[in-house]
Amino acid sequence: MQWETVIGLEVHAQLSTESKIFSGASTAFGAAPNAEACAVDLALPGVLPVLNRGAVERAIRFGLAVGAKVNSPSIFARKNYFYPDLPKGYQISQYELPVVEGGHIQLQIVQDGKEQEKIVRLVRAHLEEDAGKSLHEDFHGMSGIDLNRAGTPLLEIVSEPDMRSSVEAVAYAKTLHTLVRWIGICDGNMQEGSFRCDANVSVRLRGSDKLGTRCEIKNLNSFRFLEKAIDYEARRQIEILEDGGSIQQQTRLFDPEKGETRAMRSKEDAQDYRYFPDPDLLPLEISGNWIEEVKKGLPELPQQMRTRLEHDYGLSMYDALLLTADRDISEYYEAVVGKLPSDPKLCANWVMGEVSAYLNNEGRSFDVCPLSPAQLAQLLLRIKDGTISGKIAKDVFRQMWAQADAESISWKNREGVDEGLADRIIDSQGLRQISDSSALENLVYEVLAANPKSVEEFKAGKEKAFNALVGQVMKAARGKANPAQVNEILRKKLTE
Amino acid sequence: MSLSLDDVKRVANLARIEISEDEARKALIQLSGIFDLIEQMQAVDTSAITPMSHAQDVMQRLRADAVTEIDQRELFQSVAPQVEAGLYLVPKVIE
Repeated sequence: MQWETVIGLEVHAQLSTESKIFSGASTAFGAAPNAEACAVDLALPGVLPVLNRGAVERAIRFGLAVGAKVNSPSIFARKNYFYPDLPKGYQISQYELPVVEGGHIQLQIVQDGKEQEKIVRLVRAHLEEDAGKSLHEDFHGMSGIDLNRAGTPLLEIVSEPDMRSSVEAVAYAKTLHTLVRWIGICDGNMQEGSFRCDANVSVRLRGSDKLGTRCEIKNLNSFRFLEKAIDYEARRQIEILEDGGSIQQQTRLFDPEKGETRAMRSKEDAQDYRYFPDPDLLPLEISGNWIEEVKKGLPELPQQMRTRLEHDYGLSMYDALLLTADRDISEYYEAVVGKLPSDPKLCANWVMGEVSAYLNNEGRSFDVCPLSPAQLAQLLLRIKDGTISGKIAKDVFRQMWAQADAESISWKNREGVDEGLADRIIDSQGLRQISDSSALENLVYEVLAANPKSVEEFKAGKEKAFNALVGQVMKAARGKANPAQVNEILRKKLTE
Repeated sequence: MSLSLDDVKRVANLARIEISEDEARKALIQLSGIFDLIEQMQAVDTSAITPMSHAQDVMQRLRADAVTEIDQRELFQSVAPQVEAGLYLVPKVIE
């Protein structure tokens, strides 16, 4: 039987506000337990929530970025359940009229060299508050409660069940992850829980248009776990169905150590949460003016930029994806192309190649790249105009890197600083390619005279011998000869 | 709409309200009365009316995104039954 996996994702993105969604307590990560839990977060009697404008604005920004409808009025609701890290006995969330409704995310998937595009539709994105943290370690048989996280603003982004494989689900999660950081609404730090995924997974026979019973897998805090959990869960469900069993709707937890999912609790249906409009919060009105204002502040979106890089610069989808992985990379790349507009592809190769590799190696990000775009562009220009070969360029790059500013200062603040670095290294070490053909011819004569055996072999029809001779000339030129030119002169001399 | 005794007990359980058999029966009668009233109201044609989500016809005021609270943990924890290492201690709960 042919099975098809159907996946929908719920992503909780922690919004990057200074203060909480309904109180003036700080949201900074890593404070001492309960040092950032104020009276509102603790649900002390008599307190009232007051909505944070910054949280709403970030939600609007997201809505506009995914082409969704921004609802006005939008309503806050109480979602009732009992757990010690939720002191009020309810979470303030949204049920009817979420702030963002509809919209879509466009994915580019590059797998096994094949490029594919896909649209994933969004159901909604709503604002809500996070709960606190329960620590079940040894407190004399009791649980410890830290409410610092209680009241942290979250945007829960719910997709339609439009994904058909773990690869698509990961591509969606990564695209969303890039987007929320790009538009500056979430720092995307998965270790700190700023971007958390839950996956709804079901399987059905291929060709069926009915959805199977789904299981929800909670708290997948890395893309790798997301992929593994979905693959495991789909296999588990298929095995049950093939053995004639049926799937029970439930919430499951992924165990990264064992690489499997296990049952957590049976799924409560929506009525069990007894949602109702929160009488403490009035309807939220989002004016057309406010939306216009937010729209004006939006940067070019990653999707728009990808399309531009492919169309205007002739880059592949793969290149365009890597260069738009975050804004630091894309800004750096655009600045390099700005200095060398004649060859965006060469710029792309070096930004994703050497620059990326050196930065990764030092655990730095593109915004504090020690080489400025102008410095890199000059090096690339010297490859293009034939001053140096690509091989020599890598050596020059290494030296430039070592000499460049080692301090972590954004390159944007180093405009005009030592832009002639590449030329200085090339000139001071005499690395210019020998383009003078008489000088090259002399080298070729010397090599031919010193290698009579290879010459014999070439004349007997062995092409390999020719390559050996090219190698010898390059060696004699200490890498500074233009290989194409050497080829040409050598062939001419050998056939004379 | 008819409400059963089991519905009442289930809702009471969800809301963590301890309710005796007697109280449940009383609540059933009262709640059923409310439902009857709702049913009566539903006869009114409201198709052209936007549902009201709040009793007051005003909109939510927003506050600027700024930290205005200071750390008052000691004060708050002075009334907590049990604390340790800055944490509030509660009977162990593990799902």
